[in-house]
Amino acid sequence: MESVLQYVLYLLILVALAIPLGRYISKVMNGEKVVLSRVLAPCERGIYKVLHIDEKEDMSWKKYAGSVIAFSAISLVILTAILMLQKFLPWNPEGIGGMSWHLAFNTSSSFVTNTNWQAYSGESALSYFSQAMGLTVQNFVTPAVGICVLYALIRGFLHLKHKGIGNFWQDMTRSLLYVLIPLSMIVTVLLVSQGVLQNLSGYQTVDLVEPITTEDGTVVTQQVIPMGPQASQVAIKQLGTNGGGYNGVNSASPLENPTPFSNLIEMISLLLIPAALCFSFGRSIKDKKQGRAVFLAMFILLVVSLGIVAYSEQAATPQMSQDGMVDLSTVDQAGGNMEGKETRFGIATSATWAVFTTAASNGSVNSMHDSYTPMGGMIPMLLMQLGEVVFGGVGCGLYGMLGFAILTVFIAGLMVGRTPEYLGKKIEPREMKMAVLVCLATPIGILVGSGIAAALPATADSLNNGGAHGFSELLYAYSSAGGNNGSAFAGFNANTPFLNVSIGLVMLFVRFTPILAILAIAGSMARKNKVAVSAGTLSTTNGMFVFLLIFVVLLIGALSFFPALSLGPIAEQLQSLGL
Amino acid sequence: MNQKSALRDPALIRRAIKDAFLKLNPKVQIKNPVMFLVFVSSVLTTVLFILGLIGIQDAPTGFVLAITVILWLTVLFANFAEAIAEGRGKAQADALRASRKDVTAHRLKDPADHKVFEDVASTVLKKGEFFFASAGEQIPADGEVVEGAASVDESAITGESAPVIREAGGDRSAVTGGTTVLSDWLVVRVTQEPGKSFMDQMIAMVEGASRKKTPNEIALQILLAALTVIFLLVVVSLYAYSMFSADQAGVGNPTSVTSLVALLVCLAPTTIGALLSAIGIAGMSRLNQANVLAMSGRAIEAAGDVDTLLLDKTGTITLGNRQAAEFVPVDGCTERDLADAAQLSSLADETPEGRSIVVLAKERFGLRGRNLGDRNIHFVPFTAATRMSGVNYDGGEIRKGAAEAIKAYVEEAGYGFSGQCQEEVDRVARQGGTPLVVAKNHRVMGVIYLKDIIKDGVKEKFADLRKMGIKTIMITGDNPVTAAAIAAEAGVDDFLAQATPEGKLEMIRKYQQQGHLVAMTGDGTNDAPALAQADVAVAMNSGTQAAKEAGNMVDLDSSPTKLIEIVQIGKQLLMTRGSLTTFSIANDVAKYFAIIPALFIALYPQLDVLNIMRLHSAQSAILSATIYNALIIVALIPLALRGVKYREVPAGKLLKKNLLVYGLGGIIAPFIAIKIIDLILAVLGLV
Repeated sequence: MESVLQYVLYLLILVALAIPLGRYISKVMNGEKVVLSRVLAPCERGIYKVLHIDEKEDMSWKKYAGSVIAFSAISLVILTAILMLQKFLPWNPEGIGGMSWHLAFNTSSSFVTNTNWQAYSGESALSYFSQAMGLTVQNFVTPAVGICVLYALIRGFLHLKHKGIGNFWQDMTRSLLYVLIPLSMIVTVLLVSQGVLQNLSGYQTVDLVEPITTEDGTVVTQQVIPMGPQASQVAIKQLGTNGGGYNGVNSASPLENPTPFSNLIEMISLLLIPAALCFSFGRSIKDKKQGRAVFLAMFILLVVSLGIVAYSEQAATPQMSQDGMVDLSTVDQAGGNMEGKETRFGIATSATWAVFTTAASNGSVNSMHDSYTPMGGMIPMLLMQLGEVVFGGVGCGLYGMLGFAILTVFIAGLMVGRTPEYLGKKIEPREMKMAVLVCLATPIGILVGSGIAAALPATADSLNNGGAHGFSELLYAYSSAGGNNGSAFAGFNANTPFLNVSIGLVMLFVRFTPILAILAIAGSMARKNKVAVSAGTLSTTNGMFVFLLIFVVLLIGALSFFPALSLGPIAEQLQSLGL
Repeated sequence: MNQKSALRDPALIRRAIKDAFLKLNPKVQIKNPVMFLVFVSSVLTTVLFILGLIGIQDAPTGFVLAITVILWLTVLFANFAEAIAEGRGKAQADALRASRKDVTAHRLKDPADHKVFEDVASTVLKKGEFFFASAGEQIPADGEVVEGAASVDESAITGESAPVIREAGGDRSAVTGGTTVLSDWLVVRVTQEPGKSFMDQMIAMVEGASRKKTPNEIALQILLAALTVIFLLVVVSLYAYSMFSADQAGVGNPTSVTSLVALLVCLAPTTIGALLSAIGIAGMSRLNQANVLAMSGRAIEAAGDVDTLLLDKTGTITLGNRQAAEFVPVDGCTERDLADAAQLSSLADETPEGRSIVVLAKERFGLRGRNLGDRNIHFVPFTAATRMSGVNYDGGEIRKGAAEAIKAYVEEAGYGFSGQCQEEVDRVARQGGTPLVVAKNHRVMGVIYLKDIIKDGVKEKFADLRKMGIKTIMITGDNPVTAAAIAAEAGVDDFLAQATPEGKLEMIRKYQQQGHLVAMTGDGTNDAPALAQADVAVAMNSGTQAAKEAGNMVDLDSSPTKLIEIVQIGKQLLMTRGSLTTFSIANDVAKYFAIIPALFIALYPQLDVLNIMRLHSAQSAILSATIYNALIIVALIPLALRGVKYREVPAGKLLKKNLLVYGLGGIIAPFIAIKIIDLILAVLGLV
C-alpha cells in the first residue's frame, strides 16, 4: 500500500512540474518574453552577432534539415576524434588511453544520437576532458536538436501556404540558453547539495570499512573512488534524456546518486522535459486540448507499464520463493525480486526508474534490468520497441508520437468518410510516406540489427546467459539502440567490432531517418492551407482518439515484436511459471 | 441498378473468373505491392514443392503443396475481386460502343449555307469544323449548335427516353455525339478533337481504363506497403532468432521456409490489399449508376471531403415555381376587386405563377374563368423591356409586374405609388415572398403575394447534413430580403442573394480561403468560372459545353439535388476503404495466436499456452490461418462492391460504430473462423 502511494506521488510531482515548464518552453520557442529574458536576451543577441547568425532567416525544410545534419555530422567527427585522441588532450590525471576506432565510433554515434549506449565503463575509459568537453556537450545539444525539430514540425502545422519552418540556429540557441542550461544548473546545485561529486581532482584511494575476500582468496582492503565533474554531467544526463552514466553502474552508484532526495530529483528529471513538451506543443499550436490528448495517451501507457513492472517485481518468480530461499515479504526490508537492485532504493523506486528511463529514451539506470523478472524486463524492452514514443527523448519522443497520430488519423479518418487530416492539414501520399518512416524506423532498425546479430555465430559469445534469457539480452541491446535509449540489459558484452559498428549504425539510422522525415512533413504541411473544422471532422482531442492512438502504437509494436518477444521474455516467463 | 446483381449475373462472373487468371501476369501484379508479395510467395512455395519432389525437403511435401495451393488461390481471389468490380463497367462500356454506329457526317464548308456539304466519316471531323444533322440522323460529334433548333433523343447517354430541345444560343446549345436528332435540323460546330468526345470519355470512365490511383488510395497503399516491409523483416529476422534460439537450446531449427512464408502472407494486409482497387472501382461504378460521370477518381474522393454545398434555390430548395398565396388590396381597393383584376390579367398567362393566381381567385371568391373574347380583351405578354404583363380591354388596361416596373408605369401616367403599397411590398419580400403589384388604368390596386414553396423534407435533409458537418448555401437571384426569409424557412446555413457568376466565384473563393471544400452544380456558360473554382463541380448534362468542361463531374439526369447523393457516395467510398483496412490489420492478432505457438512449440513447449484457440496441430494451425486469409477476401467482395453502410451522423458516432464492427469484429471474427476451419480440417482427417 505504501508503495502505491510512492508511485502516485512520483507521477503527481512529474505532472505538477511538467505543466508550468511546458508553458515556459512554449513561450521561449515562440519568442515571447519570459522571466529570464531580461538576463538572457542580450546573451542571445550576442551569440547571433558573434556567430554571424541571421536569426531572421526563415529556413525551408531542406535548409533546416541540412543544418541539422551538418551540425550532427560535425559533432560526430569531433567527438570521435576526442575519444581516440584523449591521451594527448588535457584533464586526464589518470592517463587514460585513447579508444579503439570502433568503440569511438560507437560511442560518438551513441552520444550524437541522444542514445548514450555505453559499451565501456566511464570511470575507466574516459578522461575528464572527454567526459566534459566531449560527451557533456553532446548531452546538451542533442536534446536541443530534438526540441528544434519538434518546433519545426509545430510551425509546419501552424503556417499557411508558407515555405519556411523557422530557423535552426535560433531554435538551438534558445532551447540551450533558456531551457537546458538553466534547468541543469538548478539540478546540479540540488545534486551537489546531496553530496554528488563536482571536481577535477585525481581518483582517490580509500580504505574499506570492512575488507572483502574475493572468490580466489584475495583480501581487498582498499577502493579507488573516481572523482570528477559528476553532478553537472548527471544533471544533463537525466534532463536531456541522455542517460550515459559518469560511472559504469550509472545512477546505481552512490557517487552519482547518494540519497533518496537525489534519487527523486534524478527520477523526475528523466521525464520532466518530454512530458512538459506535450503541453508546450498544445500551447504553441494554439489548441491546448491537442497537447493534452497526446500527453494522456503517453501517460496512460506509462502508468500501465509501471503497474506491470511494479507488480512483476514485487511478486518475483515462483523459483525465488521456493524453499524460502528469498524472503519476498516486505517486513524489515524491501521484499520482492531484489536481485540487481540497490537495497537503498527497493522495488518501487527501482521499478519506477526502469519504466521512466525506458519510456523516456533516457537509458540511465539505478538497477540492473537483466535481473528483472521476465515480465518486468519485457516491459522496458517493449517501451523501447514502441519507438520511444511514451514521452520518449526530448523532442523526438513527441514528434515520434505525432507520427503515430498521423497514422491513427489516417485510418480512423477514412472510417468517418473523409480523406484524413491532422490539426487541419490534409494527409496526402507525401506525408504518409514520411510518417511511415518515422513510425517504422525503430522496428526496422531493431529487426534488421538483431536479425543479423542472431544469425552470426560469434554473437553467442557476448551473452551472459543461454536460452530464452540469452536471447532477451541480445534483443534488449538492439532495442536499446533502435529506440535511441541506451540502457543496457547488463550481462551483454557489447564491445566487439561487429557489435560496436552495427549498433552504432542502428542508432544513427533510427535517429536521423525520423528527423529528416519529420522535417519533410513540416515542410509540406507548412505549404498547405488549413481545412476548416466541422462536425464531420474527426476529433483529435477526445477520449476516443486517445484510445485509438494508444491502440495504434501498441498494435504496430505488437505486430513487429510479438514473435521476437515470444522467443525471449514470454517463453522465459512461461518457463518460470512451470507451464 | 443494384450492385449485388454483379455477383448474381453468371455472365459477369464467368468473365471475371477468366480475367482473374489473365491478371496473373506479373506486370499486372506488380502494381499492387501487397498482392505482389503473395504472388512471389506462391512462386517460392511452388519451387519448394518441386524441390521437395526431387528430395530437397523444406517441410513435408503434402504440407508445402497445401500451402502452395492456398497461396495461389489467395492471388486468384484478389484478381477476381478486381475483375468482378470492373465487370459491370466493362459491360456498360460494351453497350455504349455497340450503340455508337459508324456515322457519316455532313461536313459543311460554310456554316451559313447548310445546303452544301460533303459526307465524311465522323472520325475525321476536327475541332472547329461544322456539320449538319437532320431528323433521324445520329449526331456524329460533340459540338455547339450554331443554327437551328431540334428535339434530340439523348437516351444513349442519359438513359432518359424523353427527348430534349437543343437550339442555338443560350444554355441548351450543347449536343453530344452518339445522340439522335428526332425532328428538325441543326448546324453544329465541333468542339472536341476526334477520340476525345464525351462518349469516348464516358466509355473510358465506366470501363475504368483511364482509372488512375487517387491520392488517398496511393497514401493508403504506402501504408500497406510499409506494413508489408515490416512483416517481411519480422519473418526474416524470426528465422534468424529461431536459428539462434535453437542453437542455444542445442536442437535443430524448428521453422521451415514454407511455414514462415505462410506467416508472412497471413500477416501482410492481404485483405485490404486484395480489395483496395475493387473498392475504388465499385465507388466509381456506384456513381455511374447514380447517372453521374466523374472525370477522375480524385473528384469522388473530394466529394467525401466536401463540407460546403452551393445549392441553387430553384429546383433544389423550392419547387420550381411560385404560387399566389394572398391578395393584399391597398389604397381603399377591396380584395375582391383586386382578385377580379388579377384573375383577368392572368387568364391568358400560361406561366405557373399566372395559373396559380387564377386558382387562388377561384378558391377565395369563386371567380370563374371568363372568355377572353367577351369584352374584346387581349393579352399583353411579359417582355424584358416592360417587365409587366396584363390585358387591354374596352376602355381599360390591367398590368401586373414587379414593384419598380409598376411604379414607373403609374408615375409615368401621373399617379402616385402610395406608401401603403410600398409597405405591403416590403412586407411580402421580408416574408420570403415575391410581391407582384397589380394596377388598373394606371392606378395601383394592391399586391399579390407569390410564395416560394419549400420542397418537402428539405429542411430535415439540411439538418442531417449539418449534423455531418456539411454547410448548405442557397444561391438565388432574389433580393437579399426575400432570400433571407426563404433561407430561414428552408434551414440553410448561408445564402447568396442576387447571385451573379462573379458573386458565386467570389463566394467559393471566400469559403476555400477559410479551408472549406466547396461543391456546386451548374449548367450555364456563365457558371463555368465558378465550376472551375469549386472542388467538386457537377455540370448538368443539359448544360453548355463550357460548363461541362469546367466541371469534374457530369450529371446525366441534370438533377439539382444530385450533389447530396454524390457526397454520400464519396464518403461511403472512403469509409469502406478505412473500415476494411482496420479489419485487415485487426485480423493479424488472431493469426499471430494461431501461428506463433505452432512455429515454436518444438522449441518451447510452454508456448502452447498461447494456442488459445486450441488448434489441432501445428500444421493445421498454419493451414487454417492461411485458408482463412484466402477465404476472407471472397467473403468481403460483396461488401467491397456495395460499400459499408452510411448514415448521416456526426463523425464521432460514425467512428464508434465502424470501430466496433470492423475493429473489434476484425479482432474476434478470425479467432472463430480459424477455429472452425481447424475443426473441419481435423474432421476431414486432412491434418
